[in-house]
Order: sequence, then C-alpha cells, then structure tokens
Amino acid sequence: MKIRVNPILCDGYGQCAELLPEAVRLDEWGYPLLRGGPLPRKLEPAARRAVAMCPRLALSLEGKRR
Amino acid sequence: MRSLNHPAVWYLMRGSGVVALILFTVVVVLGIATTRRLRIGTMPRFVTLSLHRSVSLLACAFLALHIGTALADSYAKVALPQLFVPYPTSGYNLYLGLGALSLDLMIAIVVTSLLRHRLTQRMWKGVHWFAYASWPLALAHSVGMGTDSDSTWFVGTALVCLGAVAAAAAWRLFELRRPYPKYLGAPL
Amino acid sequence: MSAAVAAERSARTAVRLLAAPDRSPLPRRSRAQLLAEIEASGLTGRGGAAFPTARKLAAVAHARRPVVVVNGVEGEPASWKDKVLLAQNPHLVVDGAMVAARVVGAREVTFAVGRANRTVRKRLEQALAERGDGIDIYLETVPDRFVAGEESALLNLLNGGPAKPTMEKPYERGVLVQNVETLANVALVARHGASWFRRCGTAGEPGTALVTVLGAVRNPGVAEVELGTTLREVLQRFGGLTAFPHALLVGGYFGTWIRAHDVLDAPLTNAALAPFGGSLGARTIAVLPQDACGLTESARVLRYLANESAGQCGPCIFGVAAMADAFDRLDVDRLGRLAPLVAGRGACAHPTGATRFAASATDVFADEIALHRAGRCSGAAHPPVLPLGTSREWR
Repeated sequence: MKIRVNPILCDGYGQCAELLPEAVRLDEWGYPLLRGGPLPRKLEPAARRAVAMCPRLALSLEGKRR
Repeated sequence: MRSLNHPAVWYLMRGSGVVALILFTVVVVLGIATTRRLRIGTMPRFVTLSLHRSVSLLACAFLALHIGTALADSYAKVALPQLFVPYPTSGYNLYLGLGALSLDLMIAIVVTSLLRHRLTQRMWKGVHWFAYASWPLALAHSVGMGTDSDSTWFVGTALVCLGAVAAAAAWRLFELRRPYPKYLGAPL
Repeated sequence: MSAAVAAERSARTAVRLLAAPDRSPLPRRSRAQLLAEIEASGLTGRGGAAFPTARKLAAVAHARRPVVVVNGVEGEPASWKDKVLLAQNPHLVVDGAMVAARVVGAREVTFAVGRANRTVRKRLEQALAERGDGIDIYLETVPDRFVAGEESALLNLLNGGPAKPTMEKPYERGVLVQNVETLANVALVARHGASWFRRCGTAGEPGTALVTVLGAVRNPGVAEVELGTTLREVLQRFGGLTAFPHALLVGGYFGTWIRAHDVLDAPLTNAALAPFGGSLGARTIAVLPQDACGLTESARVLRYLANESAGQCGPCIFGVAAMADAFDRLDVDRLGRLAPLVAGRGACAHPTGATRFAASATDVFADEIALHRAGRCSGAAHPPVLPLGTSREWR
C-alpha cells in the first residue's frame, strides 16, 4: 500500500505529517514530502486516518485493501 | 407523539437547547481555527479538526434531545412539520421557524460532511458555508423564543457565544484577503 | 533509393512540413491501416513531451465519444515554430487532424491557437473555411500563458475552466490533444507511408523537426531540419553563428544550457542531448551572444517561470519563487537544497522544468557567478535575448 498526494487539492494543512510522521514530512512551506515505497503494514491504520482527516481529501491510498 | 406534561421535559428541552447553542458556538470557532491552521496550546493541528468534528456530533446529539423533548412536551406545542418548515405567522412561530431553518441547514451540513468522500470539494464547501447562516439563526431562535430571555445567565451566555463567533468570523474575513495558504509555525 | 531521396538525405535539408501543400486527396486506408502506419513510423509528439503518437491514438480510440484537440497554442515565448507551420501550411495540419479524427473515431475537432497572434488565426480560419470534411470543427483562442499549451490545461480551458493543468490526462477522458507539428507529420505518414517517413532522421528518432533558433545567428527564425543533424549544421541553416557563443539554451525554458564547444557537434536528438542533461523539448535553440550575460538572462527567465506558475500546487508556487529569489542572490547552495523540494512535486512539469533550467544555468555559468560576486558582469550592456510572455489572463 502506498500513500499519494494530489498536489492541486493539497493546501498545506499538514495534518498528514502529524498523523503519519513515519511516512510524511513537511517542507519549509508546509507541504507534504511523502516517503517513497510501500508503507509497512503497521502504519496502515494511521495512513487511513491521515487520508480521512485531510481537510482537502488530497491524500489517497493505492494498493491492496485488507 | 404522546404529549408529556412533566416539567422535567420542559426544562430538559430548554437546557439541551442552551447546551446545543454553546456546543455549536465551539464548533464554529473550531472550524474557523481549522482553516487558519491553528493549534490548541501545543497539541497537534489534527486535534483542532478532530475536535471540530467530534464536538459537532455531540452538539447534534443535544440538538436531537432538544427537538425530541420539544415535540414531546405538551406546553411547547410543536408539531412535526414545524421542525423543518418555518411558519412565521406569529411571534412564537417566527422564532420557531428560524430554528427550523437553522436545523434544515445544519442537516445539510452534517449529511454532506459525513458523505464528504462522495462529493466534490466545491459541493461540500458550498454547503458548509451555510454554517455562517445556520448559527445566527440558531442564536436568534434561542433568544427570540422568550423562554429564558429574562434570565441573566442565559443572556450572558448568549452574549459570550455571540462575541466568540463574531470575533472568530471577523478574523476569518480579515484573513480572507491572503491569496495563498500561509503556513503558520515551524515544520515538524 | 531514388535520386530525390538521395538528394534529400545528403543535403539534410528535408522540406516536408514547410513544403508546398499537396491538396490531392489522401490515399484510402482503413482506420487500422492508418494506425499501423503511424505506429510503424515511430512518430512521437512534437510538443515537448515526445509521447509515441500511435499509443495516444490507440488509447483515445477506445473512448465512448472521442474528440480531437489540435494544440497550436505554443505557450513557450522562445518558440514560434507552430505559428509558422500554421501560417504557412495550415492545410497539412488540418489534414493531420482529420486523419487523427478518423483513426480515433471522433466527430468533433477543436483547433486551439494563442490569442495574441492574429495572422495565425486568420490563416487557419481561411483554411478551415475551405474544408468540409463532415466533422464539426471549432476554433478557440487561448491566453498566451506558459502552461496554457500543456494538454490538461488546454482541456481545462476548453471545458470552461482556467488554462491551468489538472491531474487527469486528456487521453484518459477520450480527448486527443496533439501538437500541430505532430499532426502535420500524421498527415504525411498517411499520405506517403511509414517507410517514407523513416527515410529522414535517425533510426531511434525518425523524421524532421521544426526548430526555432534565436540569438547570435545571422538569420534567426524557424526552419525544418532532419533529426540527427548536428547542431553546427542546424545553425548553418540560420546563416551560421555571428560569433562563437559561450553556451546554447536547448529545449526552451524547461531546457538546459549547454556549453557550445560541448554540443555543437552533437546530433539533434534526445539521445545525443541526454548526456548533457538536455532534450529537444520545445525545439528551440537560443544562442547566447558573446557580450550577453547568461546569468542575467536566466534570472529573468526564472522569474518569469515563477510568475507563470498556475498557482495550484504549493511546492511550485513557493518553490519556483524561492529558486528565483535564490538565483537573484546567486545563492547556489540554496538552489541545490531547493531542487529536490521543487522538482516533481507539482501536478505538471512546471516546477521540474524550472529546476532543470536553473541547475543548468548555475552549472554552465559558474565562471560568470564568480565574476558577479566580484562585482563585474560579462554582459552588462546587452539588451535581453530571451523573450518573455506578457499575458496575465487565465481564461
């Protein structure tokens, strides 16, 4: 499972970085830098939360659903 | 609905109404805080949004209680259609109608928010802006119904709520002129 | 090999796109045959992205209601090859559009050109007035913004929005957006076949290219050259160099500066330019005059690119502006740190292209940076060489 951001929808709220710090860092302007590659299994619940909490619904998850 | 005559129902209706008003005030202020990327104290920003959502559901619960008891209470004389359709024919009905209007808007806001994933940003946001109409209507309803407008604690509460929303909304309006989202605070 | 073809090859001055138009009807071929010919020809997009044309056509052909958009917008200020093609040979472009429409099964073709150039629009209107191919034809003018020619931005505008890129690729929505030069080549392939097409150019990059050359050459302008021609020979077509330049900007404002002595003997192909970090891109070559300053020119272009951001993606809005600020200050370290934060983080190629452009400038003009830090400049008095757009509209 990979996490993706739609850069047009993203408005730099930064909630994803708070909810998923292992996979998301923020650049100096507040926009997410996603760690590439598939997410470790244990991060999947946090990733789903991050996707649900994004005020712009800019995040999405790609890959197998459990 | 069977009319109840117990004073508890009457007091519960008023009490839950006031609590709903206070909670919705908090929701509006938290909503504005979310758009302005504010954090509460040192808590992460997602807490602001999380609280906004949770408190709004809590407020809806109290609103449901308020409406349910209003329908049930024999003294209040509220018929089911009056909950959703304003009949502003007399003084009492005018303010009841404002409450109904506020409720209609609130239902639209809550439903679209729960179904946010199925809607476009524009649709969801357009309906969400009704909050700026729904809240003043709720305030007008609670003051105008006259059930508590003679008690100081209620007037005081209403004024504090009004002050909070007015201040937050004014600040939001002032910030509206900023062309791009500006990141507040240090990167994590 | 016929004498004509031999002559064509040896002179490397193949004239196909800018030749006198052949108005005779195209040979009859089925949709499948046409697609096969285009695939065999190896034709790729001439709009900057170099996407294989046959693949795009095949993808759109599957749509329920395919539509063709002819992209003559050419938002790159340093490029005017598409305008020249449309003004001189509009019927060839229209032929190509009709062939593409036939292949994908479209009943509707929209021609899009930039708003500023009235000559191009007039010529195209005249050409379209003479056609009655049984397909609905529309002509739209588009604001002359840098990203307005990007295919999703163009589609956005045609659908009533601003000329700003979106996350969807038009061919996924059944819309074929194709550059005018690509379509002109489609018409030639439909008429003469794939093997004729492949007689020019290289095996890996067949065909010709319309190139815009500006700067320190005797006759700046647009000419058609065979792909694989060396840059030196290409510049000869424009009257040759007026003086030996320090560097060339190859590929437009998303392209790269390359030292002249490194690249003059390289063939004009993506493969040959790749080791320099370059590509054909918008097919423009700007020759920096000896007495002009590459840093000053680059700083102006980078600021222009920052202002041309569609303003949709944070890393582009803030990042390209930060790069322009850092470039003005000649802060090479900051530019280096910004590069991974900007490139690839937008919805379109704008931040990536700007990053590549800035990096090539600081690399090639490293000596000039030292001069500037010492308070001097090689080209202080020279007027600007690289043109910029001026439109501020998005709709």
